[in-house]
Amino acid sequence: MRALVLGAKSAIAQAIVERLDGYDFALAARGCSELEPFAADLRLRHSCEVELFEFDALDFGALARLPEQVHERGGPFDLVVLAFGYLGDECAAQRDTDALAHILNANFTGAAIALAHLANYLEERDTPTGIIAISSVAGDRGRQGNYAYGSAKGGLSIFLQGLRNRLAATSVHVLTVKPGFVDTPMTEGLEGLFLVAPPERVAADIVRAYRQKKDVLYTPFFWRWIMLVIKGIPERIFKRLKL
Amino acid sequence: MLHCAQHAKQVKFRLLDKKNATSGWGLYPLVAASVQRARYLSDLGRAAATPILPQGNCRSYGDACLYERVVSTLPLKHLLDFDPQRGLLRAQAGITFAEIIRFALPQGFFPPVTPGTKFPTLGGCIAADVHGKNHHAEGSIAAFVESLDMVLADGSLVRCSRNECADLFWATLGGMGLTGFIYAATLRLKKVPSAYIRQRAVKTANWAETCRVCTETQHEYTYSVAWIDGLQTGRQLGRGHVLLGEHADARELKGKPPFAIHGDGRWAVPFFLPGGVLNAQSLRVFNALYYHRQVRHVTDALVHYDPYFYPLDAIRGWNRLYGRRGFLQYQVAVPYTDGAEVIADLLGRIARERVASPLAVLKTFGPPSEGLLSFPIAGYTLALDIPLRDAGTITFLRALNKIIVEAKGRVYLAKDAILEREDFAAMYPQLEQFKAVKRKYDPECRFRSCLSDRLGIT
Repeated sequence: MRALVLGAKSAIAQAIVERLDGYDFALAARGCSELEPFAADLRLRHSCEVELFEFDALDFGALARLPEQVHERGGPFDLVVLAFGYLGDECAAQRDTDALAHILNANFTGAAIALAHLANYLEERDTPTGIIAISSVAGDRGRQGNYAYGSAKGGLSIFLQGLRNRLAATSVHVLTVKPGFVDTPMTEGLEGLFLVAPPERVAADIVRAYRQKKDVLYTPFFWRWIMLVIKGIPERIFKRLKL
Repeated sequence: MLHCAQHAKQVKFRLLDKKNATSGWGLYPLVAASVQRARYLSDLGRAAATPILPQGNCRSYGDACLYERVVSTLPLKHLLDFDPQRGLLRAQAGITFAEIIRFALPQGFFPPVTPGTKFPTLGGCIAADVHGKNHHAEGSIAAFVESLDMVLADGSLVRCSRNECADLFWATLGGMGLTGFIYAATLRLKKVPSAYIRQRAVKTANWAETCRVCTETQHEYTYSVAWIDGLQTGRQLGRGHVLLGEHADARELKGKPPFAIHGDGRWAVPFFLPGGVLNAQSLRVFNALYYHRQVRHVTDALVHYDPYFYPLDAIRGWNRLYGRRGFLQYQVAVPYTDGAEVIADLLGRIARERVASPLAVLKTFGPPSEGLLSFPIAGYTLALDIPLRDAGTITFLRALNKIIVEAKGRVYLAKDAILEREDFAAMYPQLEQFKAVKRKYDPECRFRSCLSDRLGIT
């Protein structure tokens, strides 16, 4: 079994990888040479094969070739973990086209294009395969504080819904993960966070949910209930709130 | 008082607070710090541009691991290389001993020197040049460190060892993180026949006997440590148990899995015990029970490495038992000349002062390492927990420091929070050499800590 991890520098991605016993890994990230120590650690501790791939979600043209590149170097893979994400600066995104486009393209367009090609590849394989994609609770409802990021993640969640629907009859399983606040470089130094979960806990939830073939996972679990409440607030009240 | 660890795990979420008060294991002093986390080598080079302290897992007791700006090396926790023929492990500095054991023990290797807890990082252990129960026989961790990869104040990556940049190497071993970032280290692990220790416990009636047993058994046992009832005075002063140990052969295990790994701690202290619950009376009872638990003079047992080396790791957050005010750990080393008398004097004063120290640990040290600020010197070392009651506790310990200076001894910087400059300078005669090496590699004095500011190193 071999897993392709997109955005392997993500703390959640690395915690997932450490919990996927029996897998070999293709780790894709921007500036992937910095992952050499992580790869060395995996090879020593898990006696697995690890290859590193340079990968940029904003380089749309290159995404189509990704499945075959990974296949050619290191063999076939049967699990895709999509873990890259870009929070960006919401204030800048309100004025600056590039800042907004960067957030939308990294979290949605790049992710969707990569998933489109990878899903086709996985569908062709004759073994059970799967996709774990990390979306966000921010995609469940638009809020003034992070609606650029939130809308892109919301789009990703909907794309994954459709993909799951399309692949339901095949042996490709699709898991959408909606984490709450996680203690990672993305949230480091942000203010106003609460109930911050360690990435190891989130990763353990994700791997368990994937093994149980769940479709959508809120992690930690209570975010399902928090988001249920938030989604339930009528828009005419919600628009005045400062959440 | 003690809650099951499983239960405590569920409340692990923490509120992120920018002004996080940080402390060492003794919970004193508290320092507001901004903490950056280093995930990649390049993060270290960038961080060295301003005054900074490398931080590991904060298992030193006082202020050695504290500063207003710190870089946590905990994400740098990866194994880089392992040579099973020679037992050479190269790993990033932020890996803990617990993780090293988890990797190495199933292959028959163990850390060659280990402190009394498995949670410090490799980098932290090198910075404190830690010793274990085997110092009299095998020395401190310096003896097993082959090389260090360091990021210096100018951002450059430098390898140092006994042969390359030896001055930097010996300033860094025991250098309390003040010479630069340790990015990675190569450590020579010890081949062990099993995960178990054959332990012999000798019950002693008084100080003279404790000393005699400790020194007489030195050449026979690799591991040796004495637990002393710190509350006794008079004829029973210094009574305790001397615990001797040797790695057990696979043949002695009677069917136990030879390389069983430690589990998670079974118990946790989820809140601070009110200060004063651990007082002289309650500890006297505890110590008496502990002392009389063993009826016979000598007992032998087969003990797993986890309870043998790391008995307190079984209770996560045990430092909270001393209450919110925290505690000091006072560890001194004194040369063999007069050492026994000095320690006996110390034990007597502490018992009379009733500064309630349940855990008094005595060990013998072999020859020192070449680390310029390394703690161990040939002689006796005594370590005690001292709950902080008031300013008087600190005054009392500072007075003890004068006795230690007089005896040509020293206190352990990794545990200290109260030492004064002139005493420090008297205790560590190689301080000027250390400062010279620091000036050479860190001319603008970027690497500093609360400890180094307090002691006038920076």
